[in-house]
Amino acid sequence: MPDAPASHSGHWMTRGRWSPYVAGAGIGVLSWITFAFMGKGLGTSTTFVHVAGALEGIVARDHVESTGYYASAIVGKPIVDWQFALVVSLFFGALLAAKLSRSTFVEHVPALWSWRFGPSRTKRAIVAFAGGAILLYGARMAGGCTSGHAITGGLQLAVSSWSFLIAMFVAGIGMAFLLFGKAGRQHV
Amino acid sequence: MYDPIFADPRSLVLGAVTGLVFGFLLVRGGVTRYQVILGQFLLRDFTVLKVMGTAIVVGAVGIFAMRAWGMDIPVTVRSAQVYGNVLGGVIFGVGMTLLGYCPGTAVAAAGDGSRHALYGIVGGVFGAAIYAETHAWVNEKILRTADLGKITLFEVAHVSPWWVIAAMAAAAVIGFTLLERKERRSAAA
Repeated sequence: MPDAPASHSGHWMTRGRWSPYVAGAGIGVLSWITFAFMGKGLGTSTTFVHVAGALEGIVARDHVESTGYYASAIVGKPIVDWQFALVVSLFFGALLAAKLSRSTFVEHVPALWSWRFGPSRTKRAIVAFAGGAILLYGARMAGGCTSGHAITGGLQLAVSSWSFLIAMFVAGIGMAFLLFGKAGRQHV
Repeated sequence: MYDPIFADPRSLVLGAVTGLVFGFLLVRGGVTRYQVILGQFLLRDFTVLKVMGTAIVVGAVGIFAMRAWGMDIPVTVRSAQVYGNVLGGVIFGVGMTLLGYCPGTAVAAAGDGSRHALYGIVGGVFGAAIYAETHAWVNEKILRTADLGKITLFEVAHVSPWWVIAAMAAAAVIGFTLLERKERRSAAA
């Protein structure tokens, strides 16, 4: 298996994978800390709006300032805020985890994708870009993503978040079987 | 709009530390891998459900316990704009299957070695920009048509939140126990 975790033994910090329950509990405890000491829940997708607005603002500042959605999200507020710092540092936290377990994992085209759609990196990159665009469009319409809605809203037992969570899973399952079929199950 | 660009240093440091731990946990949980996330949607690998389910239950117990002890824990529940939550969730699920990550795990996956996640992140910024341009229309036609406000499951059911948390915890313990048993049996077969 090319994407097997690099290390199964040794010190717990350097083990490539933990029990998903331990990792999940860790995220739950992290939420306690952010709520209690920072007054915030985990979230990421608003940062994509900040980046989009900041970039668009370089070429069309008036337009950004007169767009209602940007106006409420970023105008008069810092672009680089708590969540922005969180999102940037997600990359480094993951990098640290990979380095500590001596992972050499590099993926351009995942195995399942390659089995179904071939090894072209260009094709994979185009679909990844389109997927990311659709993903964030949906997140902003719904009012959050897996962290901001599903976890942060889910643990507060919000009706909005549980509606999102169920819809997301149903659509994901449907789309995955549509793209890869039952035979795809042998390739994950 | 660029004034100020940066929030106060304290928030930035706290956010950075939170992200560092969060990214680390996502990798250790295995959910920064395309194969694991697609394995969940193909109902073959239930890692995503295990990580998320445990995070939600553990998180809920702590947050509601701290509120019960009188600590100042903010309520950040978003409005139940049901059509938006469901339609947005469906669009999100489709995008997540195409990309193989959600927004947070895409950034973490890039740190974990996934190169194609980078295209997804750039696409995400593009999608957010498109949404900003269409929000006024979406708000008028979809979001505002069924806005129930910032309600919670326990308010709808008129019960204590602890009943909902207990039901959720019981469902998680029973469901994950059965799932582990089934996985052990099929691994042995």
